[in-house]
Amino acid sequence: MNRRTLLAGAAALSALIAAPAMAQDEPLKVGFIYVGPVGDGGWTYQHDLGRQAVEAEYGDRVETTFIESVPEGADAERALTQLALAGNKLIFATSFGFMDPTINVASKFPDVKFEHATGYKRADNVATYDARFYEGRAVIGTIAGRMTESNKIGYIGSFPIPEVIQGINSSFIHARKVNPDVEMKVVWAYSWFDPAKEADAASALLAEGVDVILQHTDSTAPLAKAQEAGAIGFGQASDMAAFAPSPRVASIIDNWAPYYVERVGEVLDGTWESKATWAGIGDGEVVIGDITEAVPAEVKAEAEALRDSIGSGEYHPFTGPLNKADGSVWLAEGETASDEDLQSMNFYVEGITAQIPQ
Amino acid sequence: MIQFVPRTDASGPWQIATPILAVLATMLTGGLLFALLGHDPVAAIRTIFWDPLFGMAASYSRPQLLVKAAPLILIASGLAVGFRAGVWNIGAEGQYIIGGLCGAGVALALYPLDAFWIFPAMVVAGLAGGWAWGMIPALLRNWFGASEILVSLMLVYVAQRVAAWMAFGPMKNPEGFGFPGSRNLQQYPSASNPELFANTGAHWGVFAALAAVIATWVLMSRHIRGFHIRAAGTAPRAARFAGVRPQVLVAFCLGLSGALAGAAGLFEVAGPAGQVTDKLGTGYGFTAIIVAFLGRLHPVGILLAGLLLALTYIGGELAQLTMQLPAASVQVFQGMLLFFLLGFDILTRFRIVRRVRA
Amino acid sequence: MIDPLSVFLLLLSASTPILFAALGELVVERAGVLNLGVEGMMITGALSGFAVAHATGNPFAGFLGAAVAGAAISLLFAALTQAFLANQVASGLSLTLFGLGMAAMFGKPLEGVKAPPMPAGPFGINWIVWLGLLAVPAIWWFLTRSRPGLVLRGVGENHDAAHALGYDVRLTRLAAIAFGGAMAGIGGAFISIATVLQWTEGMTAGAGWIALAIVVFSNWTAVGVLAGAWLFGGVTVLQLRLQAAGVNVPVQLLSMAPYLATIIVLVLISGRQKYSRRAGAAAPGSLGRNFHALR
Repeated sequence: MNRRTLLAGAAALSALIAAPAMAQDEPLKVGFIYVGPVGDGGWTYQHDLGRQAVEAEYGDRVETTFIESVPEGADAERALTQLALAGNKLIFATSFGFMDPTINVASKFPDVKFEHATGYKRADNVATYDARFYEGRAVIGTIAGRMTESNKIGYIGSFPIPEVIQGINSSFIHARKVNPDVEMKVVWAYSWFDPAKEADAASALLAEGVDVILQHTDSTAPLAKAQEAGAIGFGQASDMAAFAPSPRVASIIDNWAPYYVERVGEVLDGTWESKATWAGIGDGEVVIGDITEAVPAEVKAEAEALRDSIGSGEYHPFTGPLNKADGSVWLAEGETASDEDLQSMNFYVEGITAQIPQ
Repeated sequence: MIQFVPRTDASGPWQIATPILAVLATMLTGGLLFALLGHDPVAAIRTIFWDPLFGMAASYSRPQLLVKAAPLILIASGLAVGFRAGVWNIGAEGQYIIGGLCGAGVALALYPLDAFWIFPAMVVAGLAGGWAWGMIPALLRNWFGASEILVSLMLVYVAQRVAAWMAFGPMKNPEGFGFPGSRNLQQYPSASNPELFANTGAHWGVFAALAAVIATWVLMSRHIRGFHIRAAGTAPRAARFAGVRPQVLVAFCLGLSGALAGAAGLFEVAGPAGQVTDKLGTGYGFTAIIVAFLGRLHPVGILLAGLLLALTYIGGELAQLTMQLPAASVQVFQGMLLFFLLGFDILTRFRIVRRVRA
Repeated sequence: MIDPLSVFLLLLSASTPILFAALGELVVERAGVLNLGVEGMMITGALSGFAVAHATGNPFAGFLGAAVAGAAISLLFAALTQAFLANQVASGLSLTLFGLGMAAMFGKPLEGVKAPPMPAGPFGINWIVWLGLLAVPAIWWFLTRSRPGLVLRGVGENHDAAHALGYDVRLTRLAAIAFGGAMAGIGGAFISIATVLQWTEGMTAGAGWIALAIVVFSNWTAVGVLAGAWLFGGVTVLQLRLQAAGVNVPVQLLSMAPYLATIIVLVLISGRQKYSRRAGAAAPGSLGRNFHALR
């Protein structure tokens, strides 16, 4: 797109949105676009809970809108523009694949603020936010290491991207910390949500002798398979409480509500700024769901202690000495991983024998 | 007893009347559906059919109609030529993907070279890719008698996996922090397919779609090959006596529809979509089949049908946005529209005769 | 070392949804109808089956409900293509769109609910898996040995001739389409009731399209469908199993393989038929063409 058409377009678009003059006490309009349906019971569902929390917090002062099941790419750009044209002053784009569309649309609506989840591109009116899921993985990795009898734990990955690899490494490190004999088996489903495939992946892991399954995919199918085989697993994204107390012995919940409430509040009082937020357990963005009675009390206490020390900032899940899988040194004794390192993580830590598919 | 008697020639008045009837019937039943869901049916119908054209933000959504309709029309006009001849290419989705991959491949291989010929070369590659993918079912039919319906459908799945492979492997953006997906071509001026005139939505694909409509119209009504195609479709044996070589026709039809689908894929990946991802195929190739039939396999009909379908997509988004209608109800509404259009179509091809049983 | 028996057991349950859907589609295509709405019918079955199972507490009642619902929604397609003579490809695609939308809409109240437990069948293998395996010889017998099966194939092979012989082409096709819908419904319900134990939107995730491929691979025979379901299910299971064992597998290339195999099978069979001029089993002669008595 050349500069002239872009500028002309921006002028025309801003003329459009300026048209319905804003009355004094009009509520702040906040828009959300979701990659999946609200009823996915996982990723999108949790974002929508965050939206509902915003409504509950600010009542009449805000008005929220969402568009669900928006495909990534051209359709996302249109959905974002429609939201901006409809007068939304703050827009949350809740999928990695919305990154470029968000940046494009943001350049045409300089007075609208955008928040993009899990991406790395920012602008004056585009902030990014993400959750330190790996902190939660450390906690459930600990439980997994303690609970496994076969000393084999399985991990169902979605795509080999840094966020997922962080989770695999973090859970492995902490499982091994409490159980030096533990092995990790990784299966990639190449989907965030494909119940039948996830079930097959879980079965494949169970057949390999795994008795604890961790998942970074969104359906409950792995839990259902674990139940059949008498193994255990963990809720992912949402609590998946229907499977408690076993096979679901704990869960990692994406809790976007505090962040959404905070950022909407900042727009309301005019203090919003573009920034990159990467919040974790301490900020309440990553929540460990109820650890059930299927877990022995001392393991539960140990997991909760770890959770609290991560939450307070006392402990970083990636603290040296840690080596990479190829044997080279990654972190020296006492050194902690930088965020930059984590955000482009593309290696396993020492002890995981599988290879990351390229 | 009621009987359908075929018309010798498709009825002119009914050809115009049936789509209108179908749309009215959809509005009635769809309105009922929305009312049952607790929404104002009149407002819902107006939002879907009226607001994208004449509503508040119509100056944005009108051009978007073109963006959404262009690939549908481009693909459907090629498919319709084949359908007229009795050559059933239902794998346009695959040809679309491969065309997009080939075109994007040229750009990514040349990055960051700046030259005027890159975009034309991409168009050629897109056409060639789609053509080649379409020629596979053509040759297999000509050589072995394998059904082109089934081969072309199978090749869609293969193409989808090629796209995933490319997005995670060879075409992955080296500066993308390990995330899947290629470089964004919108940010590579020599390779991008921008909006040519501000706020018209018109990128090169829109012009290509119009050109395809005109070209196929000329082909079908003025050219000897068009006559052959029509002859082969209505009276295959007679056509053979008239010197039509079926093998040439099969290759021509699949090659043409493949090339147009490939071009549509290229325009999309270099323009609105911007990058190669595993979700490159968004279903345009399948929707275009419906467009071809709704348009009665006639170029002008296809133009209108493509715009109508685009309208329901954009109106459906607006309905989500302004009325919070769930995405699923919009999908149901579209399904109804298609059912009615397909059902009422019988009136154009058949006369209804009441017959008294003897 | 990977235990072949364990892979086989995984395969049995992984291939069940696509086996049911493909067996149903086999009968439909044998009657000369190409219904691309399998995905829509499967998701309808997944939802309805889950709803019934949840309401009654009985998973088997759920499968029954899924069969009824799958058949019911397939009648929309039947009405369009048989009564209104609409194009089958377009009608089937519309059915998929409609079914996915309907299921998502009516499924809202069931989100987050868990299915009732399913009692294990003989040898610890799910009853429905057994049912699927039994359906293969049953459908083989029906298509090749029974009189109604012969009529159905006749209708699919040459509907004009069948009509001339006094058979009711439309009624035969209507019954086949409804049967296909019921089978697709059961296949979908297996995913929601037996595999995932929950209802979520879009949970069939393309299984209906794989079923269509399997029918082609099968060369339109029941035994071929079983082989195809095992091939497609098997490739998935095996690549996951290899991954679990720590083997680095090219997932995308491997998952393409069954589709390429299908094309090769199709080419071999069509080629043999073309060059030997021997009438054998292959694509039904009237596949995808609408029948009109006065043509």
